[in-house]
Amino acid sequence: MITLEHIYWLSGLMMAGVAIVNWRDRSNRRRFNNTAFWGIYAITFLAGTYLPDVVNGFLVIGMVLVASIRGLSQSSRESSTKEEREASAKRWGNRLFIPALAIPIVTVLGTVVFKRVNIAGMPLVDVKQVTVISLAIATLIALAMGMAMLRPPASAPITEARRLLDAVGWAAVLPQMLAALGALFAVAGVGNVISGLAQRWIPLDHPAAVVTTYAVGMAVFTMIMGNAFAAFPVMTAGIGLPLIVQKFGGDPTIMAAIGMLSGFCGTLMTPMAANFNIVPTALLELPDENAVIKVQIPTALVLLGANVLLMNFLVFRR
Amino acid sequence: MLTLIGVAVVVIGFVLRINPLLVVTVAGLATGMASGLGPLAVVAAFGKAFITSRYVAIVWLVLPVIGLLEHAGLKERARAVVAGIGAATTSRVLLIYFVVRQITAALGLTSLGGHAQMVRPLIAPMAEGAAENKYGELPKKIRFWIRANAAAVDNVALFFGEDIFIAIGSILLIKGFLDQNGIHVEPTQLAIWAVPTAICALIIHCTRLLLMERRLRRDLAAGQDSE
Repeated sequence: MITLEHIYWLSGLMMAGVAIVNWRDRSNRRRFNNTAFWGIYAITFLAGTYLPDVVNGFLVIGMVLVASIRGLSQSSRESSTKEEREASAKRWGNRLFIPALAIPIVTVLGTVVFKRVNIAGMPLVDVKQVTVISLAIATLIALAMGMAMLRPPASAPITEARRLLDAVGWAAVLPQMLAALGALFAVAGVGNVISGLAQRWIPLDHPAAVVTTYAVGMAVFTMIMGNAFAAFPVMTAGIGLPLIVQKFGGDPTIMAAIGMLSGFCGTLMTPMAANFNIVPTALLELPDENAVIKVQIPTALVLLGANVLLMNFLVFRR
Repeated sequence: MLTLIGVAVVVIGFVLRINPLLVVTVAGLATGMASGLGPLAVVAAFGKAFITSRYVAIVWLVLPVIGLLEHAGLKERARAVVAGIGAATTSRVLLIYFVVRQITAALGLTSLGGHAQMVRPLIAPMAEGAAENKYGELPKKIRFWIRANAAAVDNVALFFGEDIFIAIGSILLIKGFLDQNGIHVEPTQLAIWAVPTAICALIIHCTRLLLMERRLRRDLAAGQDSE
């Protein structure tokens, strides 16, 4: 059975390859920092499951120190010029889209098909993780298609991955780091403290005030945690269920559905949701790491207002 | 109250623009210490949380093939395709992507998109190409603004589309949580009540996308007149 662990090995091999390419590249003035950063990251993928927690903890701290104190850098060598790429684009035409579009298509097909494939009574892939595993398999199939079509040197996938990964830099690890922080927040009970504060300081004796507090609270708390999933249980147990549902007789289904979506408005406005807001600025080579958030704030605020109104109108109707 | 020290560290760190990796690590270690763990136990807890969150990073496996295709001119081709369509504007490219992304997400096909797979190699170059086609070479500021908008479209359409699909994580989380509290709701009902917000998101964001073209015209048309 293919499990998440196998996909981690694959990721680890890629990170190790990126570390090696960086080590051999003399055009990067901080090449050893990049080597150390991606090398340690590779270890957490390849061996993280088997190492003691405390060793993993120190590995992560090592990565953070390399990235934050001495910093990472990029190779100064361009892998191709604009003219070369334009000539190549003319030569290959729309065939270039085939492997690119194969990634989402195979991922979607995989999520449907892999669930039903059994070999000797065992499922082919771990059904609980089918989306992530399908994505990984889709990238391999797309890569095979690209290699067969373009026939580049065998080292090309790793050197190209290195180019893109170094362009993203430490931001590539930030979403995972924030997910880890969210887990620590949950263990320490950060949520309960915050909902306790909200209950103590905000006047909650009118239905409209309660609904507004719940929806806006979902957004604000999501901004702090970086994730609406972390905010939802806390806000709903602290304000939603005792006040909106039990005290004022609101509909729990409508409250929960619109409450979660109010949280998503918060996700659009916070650097803590790094995979949605910070990573794309790195991927798109934007100098301002808040550029995506700035574009999203007007939509998020207007939509949050719409959610407050919708919940006020709909939640008490039945 | 000491429990909130991690939140304070994060807010201060982001405001002072200290390296976010360092900020998050310090916040995690401080939160662990505040909840009464010893130094080594805190490091172990952080290491364990980091290792169990590795699935977040699997998306980077797309980089080898995307890099390979970019090297072969994928972005340039995406631009050329849009340049060949006279009616293509930045607003329309992003509008179409928004609608497709929101509908497919609502059908549960959330993997038909993403920043590394779709936005960087295809959508952003197409949006930029459409503007270049109309207004010529773009100033850097406008180019970056168009790219940021391409990333935002992916996010907004995904967030407010996926909740209409009954088997998505957020719906299952809501159902699980309410079940624990003795309230039984149907996933289909939760999905239906996500529709009003989804429609609002569509109207609000698509209006803003249409207004984008006006700003492009205002900021760039002056340059074109002088050609």
